Amino acid sequence: MAISTNFWIWIAALLTLAIYSFLYKDNPFYKFAEYLLVGISIGYGISIYWHNTIITKVYNPLVYDKNFLVLIPLLLGLLMFSRFFKNVSYLSRIPIAFVVGAGTGLSVPSSFEFLFKQIYATMPLKLDIGSLIIVVGVISTLVYFFFSLEHKGFVGKVSKVGITFIMVAFGAAFGYTIMARVSLFIGRIQFLLSDWLGIIK
Amino acid sequence: MNFFLKLSKIDRRFIYLFIALVVVLPLILKPKFPVVVSKPVQDVYDYIEKLPEGSNVLISIDYDAASMPEQQPFLEALLRQLFKNKLKPILIVQWQLGAPLGTMGLEKIAKEMGAEYGKDYINLGYRPGYVAQMVGIGKEIRDFFKVDYKNIPLDSFPMMKNVHNYNDIALLVGLEAGATYLAWIEYAGGRFKQKIALALNAVSAPDAYYFYQSGQIVGLVGGMKGAAEYEVLVDKPDLAVAGMASQSYSHLVIILFIILGNIAYFIEKGMKNKEGGK
Repeated sequence: MAISTNFWIWIAALLTLAIYSFLYKDNPFYKFAEYLLVGISIGYGISIYWHNTIITKVYNPLVYDKNFLVLIPLLLGLLMFSRFFKNVSYLSRIPIAFVVGAGTGLSVPSSFEFLFKQIYATMPLKLDIGSLIIVVGVISTLVYFFFSLEHKGFVGKVSKVGITFIMVAFGAAFGYTIMARVSLFIGRIQFLLSDWLGIIK
Repeated sequence: MNFFLKLSKIDRRFIYLFIALVVVLPLILKPKFPVVVSKPVQDVYDYIEKLPEGSNVLISIDYDAASMPEQQPFLEALLRQLFKNKLKPILIVQWQLGAPLGTMGLEKIAKEMGAEYGKDYINLGYRPGYVAQMVGIGKEIRDFFKVDYKNIPLDSFPMMKNVHNYNDIALLVGLEAGATYLAWIEYAGGRFKQKIALALNAVSAPDAYYFYQSGQIVGLVGGMKGAAEYEVLVDKPDLAVAGMASQSYSHLVIILFIILGNIAYFIEKGMKNKEGGK
């Protein structure tokens, strides 16, 4: 057992404990760690953007390759900041329109392929219990969300089957969410016991 | 009866303490816990095992520090398998805060496996505009990644000389903490028929199983449990396997609390109904 002598491991460990102290009750240590996380994340994000976007996508092509076409997306990007000035804020609609238009154009053909594969996968290509469950699940869930008919009689019974499938899906999602949260806690405890306190290897 | 009523009013901090104990103790005592490999994880492993030597595998880091315990063990296990099979990882990043995590994992395993930068693997770093990038890689990867993460031109690396688009990439592995994987399936998979394997945070995993069922992805690794299965497959149990006992015991405790909480709820409801009846 050897406690870490690394200054940064200590900082990480103390910040971890500060965040978990919220479980007891809200306190200044938690607040400090929370604000620090937000600030550092934004600062770090900006530095990554600077090196990987401004330098590689704007500065290098302009200065070294003399590619002046880069000025067009640069100008469009800068127009987004016009929102901060009331009298010219309408100019920000130009890059937004460009993004919406290009995004829709890119998305429409791919979406068809994306959705058709999903529809195809719900078709019973072989007669087995799995295919039956999929078909019943899809149809009854769709009926549950069909509000043009009152949910009584046959439609009501089918929609009840649909809500059962929905509940099973919620249960699976909830179970996985618990697993995810516990995993994060395990990760932090592994760090504290191993990297910081040296209790486990 | 009184026991259940008292339990329904228990201070939530006792539950936290209980969970902390069942997580910490197994990590210290290290009980043996079997890890059973599921089919979606086995399929990812098998697909990679069948790739010919020298194939390029594009790894997309689409997570950040908040998902590190779930994604980092899988990244390391995957890289061990790739280097062992003489496959060539090409690392890109869609979440800018994931850039150091991807680099850290890649450098660690490359050193361990004796891989050489630019010849056996490459790190292209982060670029903005992920949808444009996913579509653009279908044409020419250099349109988005002219240089690597250290600003060195791509063509100066031997392994990148013949890599231009998805045709030169045998498999795309997305390590996903959010919904970026939907765009990978839609654009790289749907439009360019790129084979895709996914490793998702446990929170997102249930939403991706239908892509596995429809054949839009070759396999799926879900959360720390999936990472533990992969560590078993590559025969190098590490942090994810070590966490499985804590994971299982904490789940048992949570199930127990859910059952007790429900019993307490129904008893309390029954008592209120009786009082109302009087």
